[in-house]
Amino acid sequence: MIKSEQAGLYIHVPFCLSKCAYCSFYSIAAPNLIPEFIKALLREMAFWKSSCLPLKGFDTIYLGGGTPSLLSGGQIHDLLNAVHSAFAIAPQAEITMEVNPGDVSPEYLRNLRTWGVNRLNIGVQSFDDGILKFLGRRHSAREAVCVSDAARAAGFDNIGLDLIYGVSGQDVRLWIQTLERALSFVPEHLSCYQLSLEAQTPLFGRYRSEGLSLPAESEALDFFFATSHRLAEAGYRHYEVSNFARGNSFRSRHNMKYWRHIPYLGLGPSAHSFCAGRRWWNTADVAAYIQNLSEGKTPVWQSEELSAEQLALEALFLGLRTQDGIDLEQYQALHGVDLLTAKKQTLGQLVENGLVEIRDGRLSPTLSGLAVADSLALI
Amino acid sequence: MENIRNFSIIAHIDHGKSTLADRLIQYTGVCNERNFQDQLLDNMDIERERGITIKSNAISLPYRAQNGQTYTLNLIDTPGHVDFSYEVSRSLASCEGVLLLIDAAQGVQAQTLANLYLAMEHNLEIIPIINKIDLPSADIDRVLEEIDSELGLDPDTHIKASAKEGTGIEEILEAIVERIPPPKGSGDNPLAALIFDAKYDAYRGTIIHCRVFEGCVKAGDIIRFMYNNATYKVEEVGHFLLQRAKREKLSAGEVGYIIAGVKTVSDVRTGDTITHQDRPCPGPLPGFKEVKPVVFASIYPIASDDYQDLADSLEKYKLNDASFIYEKDSSAALGQGFRCGFLGLLHLDIVQERLEREYDLSIILSVPSVRYRFTLKDGRVLYVDNPTHYPDPAEIDKGEEPYIRASMMLPERYLGSVMKLCMEKRGVNSNMNYTGPGRVELSYEMPLAEVIFDFYDRFKSVTQGYGSFDYDIIDYRESNLVLMDILVNGEKVDALSQIVHRERARARALNACDRLKDEIPRQMYKIAIQGAIGSEIIARSTISAFRKDVTAKCYGGDITRKRKLLEKQKEGKKRMKMIGSVSIPQSAFLAVLKSDND
Ligand SMILES: Nc1nc2c(ncn2[C@@H]2O[C@H](COP(=O)(O)OP(=O)(O)OP(=O)(O)O)[C@@H](O)[C@H]2O)c(=O)[nH]1
Ligand code: SF4
Ligand SMILES: [Mg+2]
Repeated sequence: MIKSEQAGLYIHVPFCLSKCAYCSFYSIAAPNLIPEFIKALLREMAFWKSSCLPLKGFDTIYLGGGTPSLLSGGQIHDLLNAVHSAFAIAPQAEITMEVNPGDVSPEYLRNLRTWGVNRLNIGVQSFDDGILKFLGRRHSAREAVCVSDAARAAGFDNIGLDLIYGVSGQDVRLWIQTLERALSFVPEHLSCYQLSLEAQTPLFGRYRSEGLSLPAESEALDFFFATSHRLAEAGYRHYEVSNFARGNSFRSRHNMKYWRHIPYLGLGPSAHSFCAGRRWWNTADVAAYIQNLSEGKTPVWQSEELSAEQLALEALFLGLRTQDGIDLEQYQALHGVDLLTAKKQTLGQLVENGLVEIRDGRLSPTLSGLAVADSLALI
Repeated sequence: MENIRNFSIIAHIDHGKSTLADRLIQYTGVCNERNFQDQLLDNMDIERERGITIKSNAISLPYRAQNGQTYTLNLIDTPGHVDFSYEVSRSLASCEGVLLLIDAAQGVQAQTLANLYLAMEHNLEIIPIINKIDLPSADIDRVLEEIDSELGLDPDTHIKASAKEGTGIEEILEAIVERIPPPKGSGDNPLAALIFDAKYDAYRGTIIHCRVFEGCVKAGDIIRFMYNNATYKVEEVGHFLLQRAKREKLSAGEVGYIIAGVKTVSDVRTGDTITHQDRPCPGPLPGFKEVKPVVFASIYPIASDDYQDLADSLEKYKLNDASFIYEKDSSAALGQGFRCGFLGLLHLDIVQERLEREYDLSIILSVPSVRYRFTLKDGRVLYVDNPTHYPDPAEIDKGEEPYIRASMMLPERYLGSVMKLCMEKRGVNSNMNYTGPGRVELSYEMPLAEVIFDFYDRFKSVTQGYGSFDYDIIDYRESNLVLMDILVNGEKVDALSQIVHRERARARALNACDRLKDEIPRQMYKIAIQGAIGSEIIARSTISAFRKDVTAKCYGGDITRKRKLLEKQKEGKKRMKMIGSVSIPQSAFLAVLKSDND
């Protein structure tokens, strides 16, 4: 089954007009480099095309960042054309693009739709201006509303909204207000992330210097359950720790590849790729990326060959992040471990305590299990 | 022989023996600045790190005295902890004099006295040295007063020194030459040499450390150990400089080493006498005693695959530690392992650390126990040092446990709290006398098991470090004993079982449950910890479940990082033992012995 799966293609657009306070993605505020960057991207595509990467074809494309919507319509168009000519892209491919409120006009959105982008992921984060400001987002709640409406108007029928909860000063009640606003657009997909503080981000420093703290365990759990319950009521499946879809067909096909260990190729600075037990990633430096490719050198910065044990661990912790969980037979075939026997006693405890279910040959987390997905992987 | 001086430095723990030894070594120029490191005689990493001496050590110092003559000063450095007091006594038996160090700030402490008594028993010349005079808190007048009233020594004979700053060193060296008598004995008599230590060398086998009292010994001689009549052919003899220095022979009065193809240190008994096979001395030198372990615990590998590694490591470790004993053992909860005997908890701690460090093993120790004696209804007598072998209660006629006499010295102001502690530890037959203004010597008879159970730490804490403590085992006394088990999520963990006094059982069980609650990390489900006697639950605690990970997103670029994090956590879990579905960390097994009073 896994063999017939097609790969995912990720393109990282490493530019933002300013840096959000919590963000640890690689992006820089140098849009003047965009034309050079696009040239380099095209070179990278050619590079992989001529390499003997054992990837049959792709059925998802994901334009992420950074802020891909800083690229002009024409640039997106060129990029997608290049992708199609360099790689075998399935006709029904899911083509997602991340957009930030405030950056895109209705016309821009219409063009995206025309050029084949069929899924939009909007970085709303919150419908509360105070929180948006706290997070260092460049847009307002109003702009988030506008872009969501405009996306629908442009004909997008697969829209995802990204939201963040657990921000200092935000209790569960306030968060649910944002969630309700989001639901009013009836998005096909929602990503609800608990705020995490990444080292070296301004927010990390601010939390420390102002003595702020993230929600404690029990409050974090309240957020988690409240979100899941409200969204279940509204008809969403909680299919991954932080992801919800209005039915299976609206799950992010691209992101699911990460959790299912399906190969993916990442283009652009800092992008990660995974194929045939190997993971590699490009240099996280736009200038070096451009330079390397212009000199015909590889943009790959580092790589790792995963041991059987590492693959098994990854398959476990990635699989257990998803509501579908792990296909036990397949896991045994791929990793040589019969989890039911090897972890009998612990799994027994987990089942008894309502953290996992074992049904139809699958080991899958319950909602309480999803809350401790990482710990589950340590069984 | 006229130009030899054999001496030792004795003191209460931490009063500065090793530091003074360093200064003497430096002063006599055995070691140049380049090779010098602090605590030169503390060879083991663990000694350096903890700043304590575990093994005895010897070194010959050449010294040109003010009278123009050159002397060989044989210094024997000794350990300072109660666990190793027999080694101290054998080292002392090898000397004619001692430097008695007294910390200028702390004054006379229990082991100052205990060591002084030992030195007196051996008729040694005693040179009192007030050390650490550089400390702002030094109170020399008080110490002089204590030397007079508590030690009964002439205060005029003292030397003031700071081992740290190197003051008083020459005065000490001169006093060694002038005041410590040269050894007696004759090189022509039959050989009599006292073994005061033995070390293992991977190339040469056992290096016997000895003091020759009579006769002489050289390579080629056939020697005999008088304890077991084993004979060996001498390969090499020599002195201790910084390294071993081979010599033609060792003669009466000298301190040095013998290499004689002895395979392990366990073939050698500290305190034994070496003589010649064909011309033996009339009898062994006095004072031989076989040291016996008093604390027992089982060692298990955390991963059962490591059993063979553990077996090999113990065998190697044993080569160098004759007081450590072990035999095979197995536990229902922890699998195959070894039952081991130790001189005390410090010894146990050291063995554990060395196994982990030098042999790279992850091990678990069961709760330590003393050796109990049971008389069964059919008249049989059983010694039980392993709770797993606790006899069927229905068959027990009488249970007995070992008692010790504890000697403590403390400032009077702590008397109340120390007596309270001793009573709590079932102390009886107390004895008290004032050894000086404001200072009390206190003794109690107490069950050894109570002393192991965190007595020492609590004593230190109630006396704020001013109290000192030493003990001797006296006898077995009848005691109402029960076996207390610990259950983790309903499963008995035999390595956590303890034999306890019935009246203490509930308190001990509660304490164990609380301690385990602190030690066992929260897991994804609730963990119930229970203490039980037979089927009766006498204590319980609950570890609440861990319910939320901080794990917001995980996409292509996050996976490697997340995996590394989980790998690290998995590595940490490897240092825990899975019992049923609960991971129990190593530390939990010893923690149940600590109480939360401090
Ligand atoms: N201020 C001061 N500190 C000293 C002096 N002599 C030793 N010390 C310190 O006292 C502590 C104990 O010294 P050691 O030489 O290790 O004592 P010890 O008697 O060998 O200890 P054990 O072997 O554990 O019994 C160390 O921290 C030394 O640095 C001194 O003259 N002055
Ligand atoms: S827009 Fe996205 S990528 Fe850019 S700084 Fe903000 S969070 Fe980071
Ligand atoms: Mg020392």
